[in-house]
Amino acid sequence: MARIDVNHVRHSYLPNPRKDADFALREVHHTFEDGGAYALLGPSGCGKTTLLNIISGLLHPSHGQLLFNGKDVTNLSTQERNIAQVFQFPVIYDTMTVYDNLAFPLRNRGVPEADVDRKVRETLEMIDLASWAKKKARGLTADQKQKISLGRGLVRSDVNAILFDEPLTVIDPHMKWVLRSQLKQLHRRFGYTMVYVTHDQTEALTFADQVVVMYDGGIVQIGTPAELFERPRHTFVGYFIGSPGMNVMPVAIDGKTATLGSQRIELPGAPKAGSGAIELGIRPEYVRLGRDGMAVQVSKVEDLGRHKVVRAKLEGREIAAVIGEDETVPADPKVRFEPAGINIYADSWRVEMGA
Amino acid sequence: MEKTWNNKAWFLVLPVLVLVAFSAVIPLMTVVNYSVQDTFGNNVFFWAGTEWFEELLSSSRFWEAMVRNLIFSFIILAIEVPLGIFIALNMPKKGWGVPVCLVLMALPLLIPWNVVGTIWQVFGRNDIGLLGYYVNALGIDYNYVQDPFDAWVTVIIMDVWHWTSLVVLLCYAGLVSIPDAFYQAAKIDGASRWAVFRYIQLPKMNRVLLIAVLLRFMDSFMIYTEPFVVTGGGPGNSTTFLSIDLVKTALGQFDLGPAAAMSLVYFLIVLLLSWVFYTVMTNYDAER
Repeated sequence: MARIDVNHVRHSYLPNPRKDADFALREVHHTFEDGGAYALLGPSGCGKTTLLNIISGLLHPSHGQLLFNGKDVTNLSTQERNIAQVFQFPVIYDTMTVYDNLAFPLRNRGVPEADVDRKVRETLEMIDLASWAKKKARGLTADQKQKISLGRGLVRSDVNAILFDEPLTVIDPHMKWVLRSQLKQLHRRFGYTMVYVTHDQTEALTFADQVVVMYDGGIVQIGTPAELFERPRHTFVGYFIGSPGMNVMPVAIDGKTATLGSQRIELPGAPKAGSGAIELGIRPEYVRLGRDGMAVQVSKVEDLGRHKVVRAKLEGREIAAVIGEDETVPADPKVRFEPAGINIYADSWRVEMGA
Repeated sequence: MEKTWNNKAWFLVLPVLVLVAFSAVIPLMTVVNYSVQDTFGNNVFFWAGTEWFEELLSSSRFWEAMVRNLIFSFIILAIEVPLGIFIALNMPKKGWGVPVCLVLMALPLLIPWNVVGTIWQVFGRNDIGLLGYYVNALGIDYNYVQDPFDAWVTVIIMDVWHWTSLVVLLCYAGLVSIPDAFYQAAKIDGASRWAVFRYIQLPKMNRVLLIAVLLRFMDSFMIYTEPFVVTGGGPGNSTTFLSIDLVKTALGQFDLGPAAAMSLVYFLIVLLLSWVFYTVMTNYDAER
């Protein structure tokens, strides 16, 4: 297991990148702590797979440096970095048995057969496939195949990190849940450094201790699921995490008051001055629907079972609110913003609020 | 439930029945008809029973042609399949090299059989042929007209030149269908070049290779035009394969009865071998 330092890494798929837009990865500077479970979360094309492939050595970064436990590995091959990676589509050697699949990485490295046998049996127990050892790998289901891909990483006890590239894409929904909790268990028991790429927020939030949100080739926020939810650093994080995403509306700020059209909203503190367009962000969970506050026109109520999502118009802008399953929309609906849930953004980046 | 009996359904299969009757059944039955009769011309036929079949199966000429043909098929498969795989593995997977290679590979396949034969017939001549002349100039005694070994070498090289491309293209199609993730995973697993070939590339090419072997076997087993143009089956009978022998019998000697019997036996052999290949392939699939 290793601590992974990504040192000012930039990457472009073009031969001579000049503009910022030429870079698939603009600049990433981050440390993945030893034994941490990280999720790289972001939409398609945000550079998360690029970053993962740079860590595993399948890609060589155009700029920057990569350290494993303080040792520069930028120019080492994938094999020398001793990394395990699980891909989106299960990669198995389908002419081999399950046992031989797991033994393959060890045999390639010239490990004595007695050790191979011991490690493979251990790993088969870990991934719950012990009874399948003698079966041909090609007859397995997608989730079993994906477990084998994972197992090929786990057999090497000295791997520096296990990387996952959207590993649950082709897995049935009910098995996704099972696999995710098994991964979580493996992480707790053995303390692997794990980096998990996904565009599914549920996956990211349930798997990781630290979620790295990426957007347009850069990291916009790193934090625990709670931090991402309560204090999105960038309006993108607000939109991307949560369902429905954060309500963001342009406001004017005067001291501790924000003005939205003809409405005045009290803020918990005075935002520090920021440049660019000022916006107020509030999650639907903090929008209270009742008989006092700002008047809204309700356009739709979506009943999601556990709660209802109310779509309404406030000062001509779309706004969403979450209400309890047994609450109803009052005849003359008004909304109030809970001060704890208010965030102020200047040029899309969050600004701190003073007293 | 009571089944509805309606013979009108026969009209729906009628077109295909007519088509198959004219394209296959009637010609085949004509051959069957010839094979059990004898004629001295003037459209007068006599019943001959199994005479032609007995004669054929006891004739050493037939068995020699058969053995020659099997050896020929075996040799060209042993060369074309490994060579085809090797070329396919070394073809570029992306960039401008791909169309160039594909066109180069497709060229021999586009040339008509008799033209291929003519090309090599001239190419190998030791008076005016580029190959024949220079090989002799190097001090190697090469003459496909007189030496059976040289004739075989020429016919085999010609077939390899003509048909290896087919194996290459089929294998290449199998290779490009392998997702990048497999190669990446192999790198991570520390697999050697040989292991990548053995456990990733070869299994992916399995299906197409079976098709390639089947096609090349059938084709070489029925080969006629090219050796006929180059060697005419000679020197002596050394490159007389089954189909050349058949045409000699049927058209050269106009022995319709023996030729028909031979066609039928030939047909049954091809049918049998197709069945064997088909069974092997489907069993292989069932195992998957």
